[in-house]
Amino acid sequence: MEAPNIAKISAKTPLREYPKEQLAFFYETMLKIRKFERTVEERFLAGEIPGFVHLYIGEEAVATGVMANLTHKDYIESTHRGHGHTVAKGADLKRMMAEIFGKKTGCCKGKGGSMHIADFSVGMLGANGVVGGGYNLAAGAALAQKIQGRKDISAVFFGDGASNRGTVHEAANMASVWKLPLLFVCEMNEYASTTPYLTATSVADIARRAYGYDMPAVIVDGNDVFSVYEGAKKLVEHIRSDKGPAFLECKTYRVKGHFVGDPERYRTREEVQKNIDERDPIMLFEKKALKAEVYTQKDLDATQVKVDAMIAEALKYAQESPEPDVSELFADLYA
Amino acid sequence: MKNITFSQATLEAMEEEMNRDPSVFVMGEDIARQGGIFGQFKGLPEKFGCDRVKDTPISETAIIGASVGAALAGMRPVADMHFADFIGVCMDEVFNQMAKVHYMFGGQKSVPVVLRAPDGIVNQAAAQHSQCIEAWFAHIPGVKVVIPSNAADAKGLLKSAIRDENPVIYFEHKGLFPMKGDVPEGEHLVEIGKARIDREGKDLTLVSWSMMMHHATKAADKLATEGISVELIDLRSISPLDKETILASVAKTGRLCVAHEAVKQGGVGGEIVALAAEEGLEYLDAPVVRVGAPFCPVPFARPLEQAYRVTADTIYNAVKKIL
Repeated sequence: MEAPNIAKISAKTPLREYPKEQLAFFYETMLKIRKFERTVEERFLAGEIPGFVHLYIGEEAVATGVMANLTHKDYIESTHRGHGHTVAKGADLKRMMAEIFGKKTGCCKGKGGSMHIADFSVGMLGANGVVGGGYNLAAGAALAQKIQGRKDISAVFFGDGASNRGTVHEAANMASVWKLPLLFVCEMNEYASTTPYLTATSVADIARRAYGYDMPAVIVDGNDVFSVYEGAKKLVEHIRSDKGPAFLECKTYRVKGHFVGDPERYRTREEVQKNIDERDPIMLFEKKALKAEVYTQKDLDATQVKVDAMIAEALKYAQESPEPDVSELFADLYA
Repeated sequence: MKNITFSQATLEAMEEEMNRDPSVFVMGEDIARQGGIFGQFKGLPEKFGCDRVKDTPISETAIIGASVGAALAGMRPVADMHFADFIGVCMDEVFNQMAKVHYMFGGQKSVPVVLRAPDGIVNQAAAQHSQCIEAWFAHIPGVKVVIPSNAADAKGLLKSAIRDENPVIYFEHKGLFPMKGDVPEGEHLVEIGKARIDREGKDLTLVSWSMMMHHATKAADKLATEGISVELIDLRSISPLDKETILASVAKTGRLCVAHEAVKQGGVGGEIVALAAEEGLEYLDAPVVRVGAPFCPVPFARPLEQAYRVTADTIYNAVKKIL
């Protein structure tokens, strides 16, 4: 069966033609996410971070490549695996880390934590503890943008697991029939919690479902930030020209378990290692950047040092921040 | 004062608030072209256009979810649920999203959404189109629940709900839509969270709301002919609950009866009598009594539906036991 709405896109623009700032955004953002996540994992295992933590390691190119097409006026709805989206959208790392630590200085004043992180100041309308909970909220944000006559758009991130929620059907149909400025970003990371996606999903390419909503779709290698960027760019241009919603499927891989502490009995260590060795998005960027001679090893090292300092500062801020006072229990229950 | 139907009163509220604030819009099934199944939206699209009065797909999850999202992006949506029963389709959007966003994101953005939910028994509509489900939402911190019994309150509470920064679930009994009542001219707001003493009395406090207020009124009238003076309270808001008004009345009368159309088990009546037991036991001269529907879905056949319904007689008989 054909799905004529789908384009498979690989990056075509030579790296030398990318503006310097664009390349810096890609590398720095992916590193920020990676190092942020490694720190969160380490501190969680050390018992400093409570609750549930779901890591985005290995999927950094998706959030980075998509967000490079958005501004703070554009909105995103994220998932339970939301740190990467939040970092890429430009949230303050200190306040993010403090939130994950459950501190008063966190971006949600310690009320949300990892699964319910949000930073409205940069258009990040929230992670969501309910898988598939973000679609209709994003459709509503896009509806508001349309009613208000704004040129901004909304984007909703979701995994292959969430693609099987009924909520996506209602949001996709509504967005299509009302021509809402909404980008669906499917992070096909191969596992719905512990379930391999093909055992629970009717199609190998989830983007095929977009055809049923008369939406253009693009499939990209979600581990190649350049392909994600260019695929998203094409769709974002479509959406910004008031032509309605679009669907981006990013083929990626969840390197970490569903949550920190997941015994991962549903896959082999070899499978994971192969993905790390061959498809790591940061490694792929570095290889390409060095080969195209847009970066030297020295440039890469300097960025690493810069990001290390940012994460260290965020960690220190979170560790040293006070916990919320119990008097804040009822704060913000009602506006 | 002007004498208009409950339905017209809600329409006036919508018109006034949509005129007042361009961020107010309404969406739901069959509201623009048809004017709503009870005519409660008639004429709105002509006045405000189809961008602000939107016919939606039959997608309750999207209606509520998109209302929450639109609120996060600066709008003040009013979402019509067609029948209150259909909120069951989209409970995640109600209790995990709408009710939680403001609190769990540390107050970054309020969620000024109104869910209009026509409830109650009418025309033998049976199990899935007749329910009173206000108790479900009384159990959810983060939402407010209002439930008018007459045209004036219908208007005043709807206007207040639209202006409220918080999500408000607005239950409107389907049987009330054609009922006429006096509505004050001009701006009319009813404060959310404040009950109304419908009539003062000294022998017994009778708390009710929505359609049941009309049955409670009949019961109180009958008791009055026997020399029993009932203080009748129209609760108007289920959450927040006006504890002060209830307790002050019980302190005066020493007796408490709560009557609602919803199933008695797990109903809001339990919350109110528990309030009296916890905070007003010293006022009580008799056991409290709850009146509600039997623990059973609303049946279809006429004799069964009639047997199921709470009426003025049910209330009268229950009250007589504690006098």
